[in-house]
Amino acid sequence: MTDAAEFKYVGTRPVRPDGVDKVTGRAAFGADFTLPGMLHGLVLRSPHAHARIKSVDLSGALEIEGVFAAVSGADFPEVEDTGEMGGEGGGSIKDLSDNCMARGKALYHGHAVAAVAANSLAKARAALAAIKVDYEVLAPVMDLDAAMAEDAPLINEELMTQGLAEPATKPSNIASRMVMGRGDVAKGFEGADIVLEETYYTPTVHQGYIEPHACLATVNEGGQATIWCCTQGPFEVRSYSAAVCGMSIGSIRVIPSEIGGGFGGKTTVYLEPVAIMLSQKAGRPVKMIMSREEVFRATGPASAARSTIKIGAMRDGTITAMSARMHYEAGAYPGGPVPMGCMSVFAAYNVPNLAMEGFDVLVNKPKVAAYRAPGAPQAMFASESMIDELAKALDIDPIDLRLKNAANEGDSAPYGPTWDAIGLKACLEAAKAHPNYRLALNEGQGRGLAVGFWFNIGFQSSAEVHVNEDGTVTVIEGNPDIGGSRASMAIMAAEELGIPYENIRVQIADTENAGYTMVTGGSRTTFATGMAVVEAARDVIGQAKARVAKLWQVDAEMVEWSDGHAVPKPGMNVDQKPMSFAEIAAKTAPSGPLLGKASLNARGAGPGFSVNVCDVEVDRRTGKVDVLRFTAIQDAGRAIHPSYVEGQLQGGAVQGIGWALNEEYVYDADGVQQNAGFLDYRVPVASDMPMIDTVIIEVPNDAHPYGVRGVGETPIVAPLAATANAVANATDVRIRDLPMSPPNVLAALDAD
Amino acid sequence: MAKTHVSTRINGQDAEFLCSPEQSLLEVLRDTLQLTGTKEGCSTGDCGACSVLVDGTLVCSCLMFAAEAEGHEVTTIEGIASGSDLHPLQQKFLDHAALQCGVCTPGFIVASKALLDEDPDPSEESIRYWLAGNLCRCTGYDKVVRAVQDAAAELRS
Repeated sequence: MTDAAEFKYVGTRPVRPDGVDKVTGRAAFGADFTLPGMLHGLVLRSPHAHARIKSVDLSGALEIEGVFAAVSGADFPEVEDTGEMGGEGGGSIKDLSDNCMARGKALYHGHAVAAVAANSLAKARAALAAIKVDYEVLAPVMDLDAAMAEDAPLINEELMTQGLAEPATKPSNIASRMVMGRGDVAKGFEGADIVLEETYYTPTVHQGYIEPHACLATVNEGGQATIWCCTQGPFEVRSYSAAVCGMSIGSIRVIPSEIGGGFGGKTTVYLEPVAIMLSQKAGRPVKMIMSREEVFRATGPASAARSTIKIGAMRDGTITAMSARMHYEAGAYPGGPVPMGCMSVFAAYNVPNLAMEGFDVLVNKPKVAAYRAPGAPQAMFASESMIDELAKALDIDPIDLRLKNAANEGDSAPYGPTWDAIGLKACLEAAKAHPNYRLALNEGQGRGLAVGFWFNIGFQSSAEVHVNEDGTVTVIEGNPDIGGSRASMAIMAAEELGIPYENIRVQIADTENAGYTMVTGGSRTTFATGMAVVEAARDVIGQAKARVAKLWQVDAEMVEWSDGHAVPKPGMNVDQKPMSFAEIAAKTAPSGPLLGKASLNARGAGPGFSVNVCDVEVDRRTGKVDVLRFTAIQDAGRAIHPSYVEGQLQGGAVQGIGWALNEEYVYDADGVQQNAGFLDYRVPVASDMPMIDTVIIEVPNDAHPYGVRGVGETPIVAPLAATANAVANATDVRIRDLPMSPPNVLAALDAD
Repeated sequence: MAKTHVSTRINGQDAEFLCSPEQSLLEVLRDTLQLTGTKEGCSTGDCGACSVLVDGTLVCSCLMFAAEAEGHEVTTIEGIASGSDLHPLQQKFLDHAALQCGVCTPGFIVASKALLDEDPDPSEESIRYWLAGNLCRCTGYDKVVRAVQDAAAELRS
């Protein structure tokens, strides 16, 4: 590993390559594309949370002048249940297809049951009104208790619980159970001086990206489709759309637009297969844009979860055993983030006896989608609240208690592997040393602390580095830039090539112009695609050196690359002047353009740990919680562009605070969401928040050429418990059910 | 229904368009005039992504009928830079990395310009309350507020 001081570009803060287009309105997002002859597509959505679809009659819609196509579930091919979708979202392709267009049953309020394409939005709306759907309304199951009740209405009549000790004998709404652990928890609790057990709840929340889903699809008479859309994963849109529409992967080209936020919610498909089917029928391009209401009712959300945590410890704070029993809502189809919840809940601690049990439970809500560290915020809200309760019970400083039990290099992670170098203890020490941790608090104020963790992933990425005639460079890669990743790619390429950052342009190419690259998600882009960019840059340098050696008529090892030039190796007695890319390109033109490539499966993503310290003030008359101060400390491995790493820490903190304090889906008795808009689903606004202080810890990840760990997801994990722990510290009242909204806080204070 | 003819000025130029009575200014800006820099995040006036200035006043263009623009001067994100020079707010948003995905950025810059036109030296609290109608889900607002503070300082100097 090279020392940070040796870097010229890594660790600097240049303006992002796509910046000017994004501050001037030029950048084209999902809804910004048009084609001649384009139609407008709209979706008819179920007005019932649970209903059998007896018939769908599209004829009324098709009679309207200007309506070119209408589709329902019957128009989509039957998809075989071929296992997992992969990526960050769980579930099967068959369920994905049913989620795009309902067949047989509508499983949530807002579930797509038909769609139309017309030459104006007004006509498309009229067409939706002319579609007749005959429903048999069924009782909805809207929460974990209702879903798991003995006589609960079944969402999927054929669903048998997987993973039970004894095979299930009758269908239920529990899709699966998973168990993990080590040691002997019963023994661990038995030998403990103190044992605590509590249950914690987090509600359904939405990713809340500001840009609604949008796409434009055109299918030609030869069956070739092109889709422009805002997505985290153009290659996933391609394969999922191919599966849902019964097409080959090679017949679909996906051109990713700029993307207005995703947080995991844009790793799947909703509109794209529908737009393809409509375009195919209409013979014209079809554009579809969701309203904000549709985004709330029919995309995302993140699982509501209930977790019971039991902990045993000695008087000195040594934890002897921990167990977790966690239930996650999956929404209408199986695939909640249960495995990640089980693996992350106790990841921060080195405890000999552990037991984790998780259940994936169907409810009549939209199928959950990945949301930034899927499963971990729910799990670690519970475990990190419990650690705080233990610290209070034992009268030990919450940092000292965590330091005493913290996982370290060489310890076994609860899910199996042995930890490499990790930054947990460094983050805890940094929190302890931070001036914010020692600031005095006034009456009614409190301080809370929590640890966050996320695995981070690597997997498949590709990149190309093209050297232009004048020595400038184009980097081609396939990860939509959701938070400044073009800048980190350009920085790493500049560092490798030794040319100015400004001489590099980074192009996010479509699925036919970039090699296969997995989704922008899992905090993988700067790690995995960054590795591919570095490798492609090294490929270019190798080729350039070989060419220069030929020109100089010396052996290849007598040429070195230094500061953007091929130079004679010192002491080799080669009498040649350094050559730049521009000169090499010009003088070696007969050998063809200089083009470096890499395709890889990145291994060794370094897990990310964080520590958050939150100060709040609680108004006992109104129940309102104000965040006074927030300190986000995280191990980034190496911050390629520190401003965008800070941005991840700050943005994740505020999203997590929103989850802790305000955000939740509110349903009526019929299963209709009552707050499907930003007025009533209240995400944090600028006046709610203080500045978010950040500390970047750098414990390099040896698997990456610059030591990068993913940073995008970990930041949302700790804020939930940090905020709850601060409220408990301020009020002496422990709130275990989120959100800590004013009425809920008031009720908790009154009950005390 | 017959369309309405509207004469207005957009980003310093005379502009005319035809619109239906129910069309919002946002819809006409984006779909008729191809000024797609103004974004649609909610169409209920809650997110501020569609912020524009009408005669210098900050407006959610999703909440204004296009026909109401008759005789008024509209400024969109495309009209904030002068020629090839970025407005100080645009430059400071870049310098401070005050955007991640960038979809809310046009609205924030237009809204911030309205603030600085009215109050060249706003406090942090004023900035936060003025921008409370603009949602950003990526940045946590820290770098946005700092960019506006820095742009205000530069505009004052």
